[in-house]
Amino acid sequence: MKHLLFTTALCASFATSALAQSGEPIRIGILHSLSGTMAISETTLRDAMLMLIEQQNARGGVLGRPLEAVVVDPASDWPRFAELARELVAGQGVSAVFGCWTSVSRKSVLPVFEELNSILFYPVQYEGQESQRNVFYTGAAPNQQAIPAVDYLLAEGVERFYLAGTDYVYPRTTNQILEAYLLSQGVAPEDIIINYTPFGHSDWQTIVSEIREFGSTGRPAAVVSTINGDANVPFYNELAAQGISAEDIPVIAFSVGEEELAGIDTGPLVGHLAAWNYFMSVDTPENAEFIEAWHAFTGSTDRVTNDPMEAHYIGFNMWVQAVEAAGTTDADAVIDAMIGVAVPNLTGGISSMGANHHITKPVLIGEIQADGQFEVVWETSGLVLGDEWSDHLPESASLIADWRAPLSCGNFNVETGTCGGSQ
Amino acid sequence: MLVRLLTLCLLLCLPLGTQAQTFDELLARLPQGNFNDRAAVVTALGTLGDPRAADVLDALLDGELEVRNSDGRLMRVTGGRNARVGIDVLTGEALGPVAARSSEAVRVNNGLRRTIRTALGLLTLRDPNPARRMAAAEAAIRSPDAEQIEALSSAVEAETVPAIRAALLRARSAAVLGSDAPLEDKLAAVALIAQGPALAVQSALAPHRSAAQPELAAAVAEALAEAERRRALWSQAQTLWFGLSLGSVLLLAAIGLAITFGVMGVINLAHGELVMLGAYTTFVVQQTLRAYAPEYFGWSLAIAVPTAFLVVGAVGVAIERGVVRHLYGRPLETLLATWGVSLILQQAVRSIFGPTNREVGTPNWMSGAFQIGELTITGSRLAIVIFSFAVFAGLLVAMRYSAFGLQMRAVTQNRAMAANVGIRTGRVDALTFGLGAGIAGLAGVALSQIDNVSPNLGQGYIIDSFLVVVFGGVGNLWGTLAAALSLGIANKVLEPWAGAVLGKILILIFIILFIQKRPRGLFPQRGRAVEG
Repeated sequence: MKHLLFTTALCASFATSALAQSGEPIRIGILHSLSGTMAISETTLRDAMLMLIEQQNARGGVLGRPLEAVVVDPASDWPRFAELARELVAGQGVSAVFGCWTSVSRKSVLPVFEELNSILFYPVQYEGQESQRNVFYTGAAPNQQAIPAVDYLLAEGVERFYLAGTDYVYPRTTNQILEAYLLSQGVAPEDIIINYTPFGHSDWQTIVSEIREFGSTGRPAAVVSTINGDANVPFYNELAAQGISAEDIPVIAFSVGEEELAGIDTGPLVGHLAAWNYFMSVDTPENAEFIEAWHAFTGSTDRVTNDPMEAHYIGFNMWVQAVEAAGTTDADAVIDAMIGVAVPNLTGGISSMGANHHITKPVLIGEIQADGQFEVVWETSGLVLGDEWSDHLPESASLIADWRAPLSCGNFNVETGTCGGSQ
Repeated sequence: MLVRLLTLCLLLCLPLGTQAQTFDELLARLPQGNFNDRAAVVTALGTLGDPRAADVLDALLDGELEVRNSDGRLMRVTGGRNARVGIDVLTGEALGPVAARSSEAVRVNNGLRRTIRTALGLLTLRDPNPARRMAAAEAAIRSPDAEQIEALSSAVEAETVPAIRAALLRARSAAVLGSDAPLEDKLAAVALIAQGPALAVQSALAPHRSAAQPELAAAVAEALAEAERRRALWSQAQTLWFGLSLGSVLLLAAIGLAITFGVMGVINLAHGELVMLGAYTTFVVQQTLRAYAPEYFGWSLAIAVPTAFLVVGAVGVAIERGVVRHLYGRPLETLLATWGVSLILQQAVRSIFGPTNREVGTPNWMSGAFQIGELTITGSRLAIVIFSFAVFAGLLVAMRYSAFGLQMRAVTQNRAMAANVGIRTGRVDALTFGLGAGIAGLAGVALSQIDNVSPNLGQGYIIDSFLVVVFGGVGNLWGTLAAALSLGIANKVLEPWAGAVLGKILILIFIILFIQKRPRGLFPQRGRAVEG
């Protein structure tokens, strides 16, 4: 009901261009919450998209036409995402939409993109178990984040795992996959504890003392955290207050990035870990250029960059290349042209779009440093392609997605040889 | 003794035999290579035994060791981003301000930090500073190493501080357990370790549960069982403390609402946002102090308490005069209007301070934790418990004994009569609402220490606050106290048993059933209904 007060969606157009561009502008929808609980994470992505569009216009636009951003505010309200997605595609006539953060917001817009046959770029790490023809997933699937993270811990000699998560679909699916994976790696069932907490949980005393106990058996233990954004600050504060250091029980998190650390005194967190596909501290010329442009665009050298921003960077450049290759912004032509497109990412590699609409990425494990940045301590030797249907869950082990003709299916069962139909 | 010294020397010198290196050579190699190379250098520095290494390793452990690009000098760099100053780690010579890109940090990771602590332990077992000797003993307990037994034994003999001596003895015992010492030594070690805190006993002894000698295995099993019994007993006290601490947070959040909703009958959905404003006031106070008077930072919370009370109280008076006053007696409209106010406040704060979390520091005197038996009590939680009871007591006294409290009670009990005896009821209404809001601001100061300071802060507390007030009985401060504490403790008793999510659901179900049976809460207001 929050949107009652914000019924007027913010429509801003940025069609400034240095070069002479002719023709109708190509419109791009930005569907990120600028108010409500998710504004904390999504506002930055809106800014990142505006910067990318401005840069592209300075380079002469796409197909000789300028780009125009259409920004709307779904206000962290899931049904509102679907309404505004319809407004963007049907009402504003955008060629592609970059947006959504939570899985539930993505799920709520899926039918809209399918019905109106448009394109969505989704930039956040998610639980997988999905592949849709109209969606390109530029964030990490579990095999690009969670599995390599526990591999790192196993290699470090950790024997006991405490999987702590917020109670919603992403942590539940991820922990299900992780549990199956850990068991297959020979970890005993009694050495895995799974614990869920409500959204915005702020009293971590009991759970942290449980973790402390879990870690005092003389065998190395670690916490794998899928705790969602806001609940992290009190969680880490309580860990520090009860004197648990990263040397005793490291916490590896999948939702804590540079942006989240901005609000915490990072002193007591030094040494805790995060798994991402990008860190601001990565030292490559592409990244230095990106950070410099970001600071210039936002007018502040304090603004950090993070993983979902890089995902939008990759997704946007892929879209530009696909449109140039297709010679049109027509959705069907662009969707076909997207597969196989390869663009440089910010960590020194080339990411490419797979037939399952997921991309290849490197996996980096970073340790929190005193300045709120991450120091990379481990990375995969090459790039990893996102695995949409997890091989570690019995119900999805035999499913694959391949959107190339003639298969063109998001959930093809290789055992029965049938396509499960639209999902 | 001579033999002992010889073995010690042999142990210390052996690794150096293959690649004899001076202290300076090792230091020069420290910034180079990856974490593993650095760990090798750190271990070599530890075994070399040069006392100067302790300062270098200390700086490295703190992440403050940097190497100057111009001449490769190692320095410890302290101060904030814009005021970095360096001192030479070896000589202590001040090197003045350090520009941003003129030096390279020597990076550390978890594994390296463990190595550093062990190396530092070896170096500082005989340090003149007792705190460093204690840290050394704790490092040795954490990573027991049979090769350190001799060094630990001689440190025990030289030690004069009883607490450090005890820690050193525990460290030696842990090392003995992992060595090939005779059985009686190991049994003595088990007996000594068993006297420590339960969790320490478990982590030290659990790996030896299946020791080869049956006597030893039996002694370990018995010590572990004893530790488990002790822990189970203390965990009751711990649950109670956690519950008390959660209850005091609930009390703080709800007590302002107990005034606006409980006493005045205004359904104030903007209450959570008033709490949030209190937290942001703390942030602004801290920023101001950081900029103009950093030496008074320890006082920031003491300054924030009255500031937040006044600022948020003023906002409360403005809300009452601007919105709520026109809606008395129309609860549905009040509910909608205050909800609108809450959204306006949220988005205003988001526009001014940005959507991301703001960092509110904890003064040194509040951080840290201390032990009572097996119970860990953290400073910030204890401070909040004390603060919330102080606020409650203060409010109770003000309500009962001050002239304003008397007027307030008179107006709530019979508005017409109060007006007839000359009380300016409008002014009392505004001040009462302001008082409730001010107390919400105080809650914000406390919550800024344990929760996110973000525009969403208030949303997490508004439902809980209403629950507490309704459960305790509308209009009764003692009821609010009883309800907050019992809900806090019930929550913490249920949590380990049912999980945080189910625990919360069970509490809600209980309250629904309770309100069915007793619609007016734990302690219903007696006498005629207020206002009617």
